[in-house]
Amino acid sequence: MRAFDPDRLIELVQVIVRNPMRAFLSSLGVGWGLFMIIITVGSARGLENGVRADMGNDVANSMFMWAQSTSKPYKGFQRGRSLELNLADVAWLEENTQHLDLVVPEIQLGGYRGSNNVTRAAHTGAFDVHGVDENYPQVNPFRITRGRFLNPGDLNAQRKVCVIGSRVETVLFDKGEDPLGEMIQIQGVLFRVVGVYKPKGTGEDAENEAESIYIPFTTFGKAFQTGDRVEWLSVLIRPNVDAAEAEQATKDLLLLRLNAHPDDKRAIGGWSMAEEFQQVESVFGAMRLVSLLFGALALLAGVIGITNIMLISIKERTKELGIRRSLGATPQRIIQQILGETLFLTILAGLCGLILGVGLLELLDGFIEDGGDAGVFRHPEIDLKTVLNVLIILLGMALLAGILPTLRALSIRPVVALRSEG
Amino acid sequence: MLSLRSIEKSYPLAGGQLPVLKGIDLIIEQGEMVAIMGSSGSGKSTLLNVLGLLDNFDAGSYHLDDVDMSELSERQAARYRSRFLGFVFQSFNLIAFKSALENVALPLFYQKIPRRERQKRALAMLERMGIADRAHHLPSELSGGQKQRVAMARALITTPRVILADEPTGALDSVTSNEVMDVLREVNSTGITVIIVTHEADIAARCDRTIRLKDGRIIEDGNSSEVVEPTAHGISPIS
Ligand SMILES: Nc1ncnc2c1ncn2[C@@H]1O[C@H](COP(=O)(O)OP(=O)(O)OP(=O)(O)O)[C@@H](O)[C@H]1O
Ligand SMILES: [Mg+2]
Repeated sequence: MRAFDPDRLIELVQVIVRNPMRAFLSSLGVGWGLFMIIITVGSARGLENGVRADMGNDVANSMFMWAQSTSKPYKGFQRGRSLELNLADVAWLEENTQHLDLVVPEIQLGGYRGSNNVTRAAHTGAFDVHGVDENYPQVNPFRITRGRFLNPGDLNAQRKVCVIGSRVETVLFDKGEDPLGEMIQIQGVLFRVVGVYKPKGTGEDAENEAESIYIPFTTFGKAFQTGDRVEWLSVLIRPNVDAAEAEQATKDLLLLRLNAHPDDKRAIGGWSMAEEFQQVESVFGAMRLVSLLFGALALLAGVIGITNIMLISIKERTKELGIRRSLGATPQRIIQQILGETLFLTILAGLCGLILGVGLLELLDGFIEDGGDAGVFRHPEIDLKTVLNVLIILLGMALLAGILPTLRALSIRPVVALRSEG
Repeated sequence: MLSLRSIEKSYPLAGGQLPVLKGIDLIIEQGEMVAIMGSSGSGKSTLLNVLGLLDNFDAGSYHLDDVDMSELSERQAARYRSRFLGFVFQSFNLIAFKSALENVALPLFYQKIPRRERQKRALAMLERMGIADRAHHLPSELSGGQKQRVAMARALITTPRVILADEPTGALDSVTSNEVMDVLREVNSTGITVIIVTHEADIAARCDRTIRLKDGRIIEDGNSSEVVEPTAHGISPIS
């Protein structure tokens, strides 16, 4: 390949230096368009991040299921029979499912706010107490800030240990007191604190979450006389499995296991985080699309502006183009020049818009990080892939903007160009 | 060698055609120095533009060194302009935002010659024209004579076979005109064909051969001393 000729660049710079005001005005549209794209996409992203943070506690592929009453008679059973799940059902489900990666049994105490059920010395509070197994954090991730979560040993030995939320710690313990190893009383039963956790995410859900206590499922059954009864299942859907399909298949399995009518719509309750996420996802997808669309329209307007300016510029420089052709410029070199100028202007303008846009987003981000109130708006950002896509669109539009002026420039015969004024 | 045979050209006009060249037969050998004279509107510039491949013609044939020029694509024409032809204009036609040096180097840019060499050769050419000290001036900072020297340097930088000059002294005073003619004579002495369109008898007189056009036809063609006759004031064309 021939080395790059610096004069090609110098020629382009001369265009701008010669008429900086015009270059600026003509670039304004494209710069603005790109700026708009970055800002709108970035803000949409910020909103998305905000909402995501609120949902941060939840795992996208998780689902919850519980047994209710039958709504159809089946195999000699009356309708209205109350169904129950137990640990054996959990084991059976884990064995037979094609759609799930993990099934966690769960049972809860309290739950209805108000009645104080947990005490420690003079401290007392009302908290949700959950019996779960060691896999629970996989369906409901949180940060263990001290100690550890429940382990298989706790479950096998039915140890009276618990992991408490950060709110529980502040209520039951004095400032500076280390809860690890301390005993708390849950409905009269003593449990040793082995860990403290902080919920992921923010918002109301997370605050509720911080007021929970987790104890081994097995201990729960023994301490509170629930045996191996399971109140509900928290499950993880396998990757790449459709959430609705997994939900239906799991319900079918449970109906079979519990001897309920296969078409009983009410016997098994379920709630799928995955479906929720998919809905939110599609809303954000639409939002991104709309912001891109508006940005593209703004860009298009800018590009039309550049085409216009280039056409004027070519009219004014007809003589110059004629001179260049008398000096041996081939049509190809003229094309290179005009397209080059258009691309140069467009991309320069685009980059200015891009840098300003990203700069503003960063500024906004910094402001929010510093504790500025932004509601559900968090970490507005734009990823490299979007930026690259936008740049490709910009390039395409720049080429588009250059076509008309180039054809125009070529259509003028050298002799006519030379004879023109200017 | 330039060879025109029965060249005809007319311009489209409202309601018809305006014939401008009405059968031009002309052979110019390599190394000749030719003046084209004739009254205003007689078709001198049109003829020069046809010779310079800047304009097309309607009928007849044009051979440049035995190559037929009538069916050239614009790209091929550009190649010939780049390699064989150099232009000098009455109004200089320098690019206003480029320095003298950049203007002179421009034809080499289109020949894809590396920048360093372009600069070197352009400077040498300005040197030869005696205006190297103005290399970095813009055209607007130069006198008419200096501008025409820059323009001639630009026309010569590619060492063309033919220089085509349309009234190169038309905008200059007589002293400067003479200097320009000195340069063109010197250029011609290196074997380059020089064709000059002019109104001025003393310019034509400094050429070897003079062609006179009238109404799109060649009415006289011969030794300048025969075609151009001296008058009481010096030299003026016979009418
Ligand atoms: N583009 C054009 N369209 C129409 N008519 C034209 C065009 N160019 C030139 N003409 C006409 O053709 C004729 C010859 O023009 P040309 O420029 O060749 O004359 P010229 O001999 O160079 O005259 P001058 O000495 O004034 O420069 C003139 O009548 C002119 O009006
Ligand atoms: Mg003329």
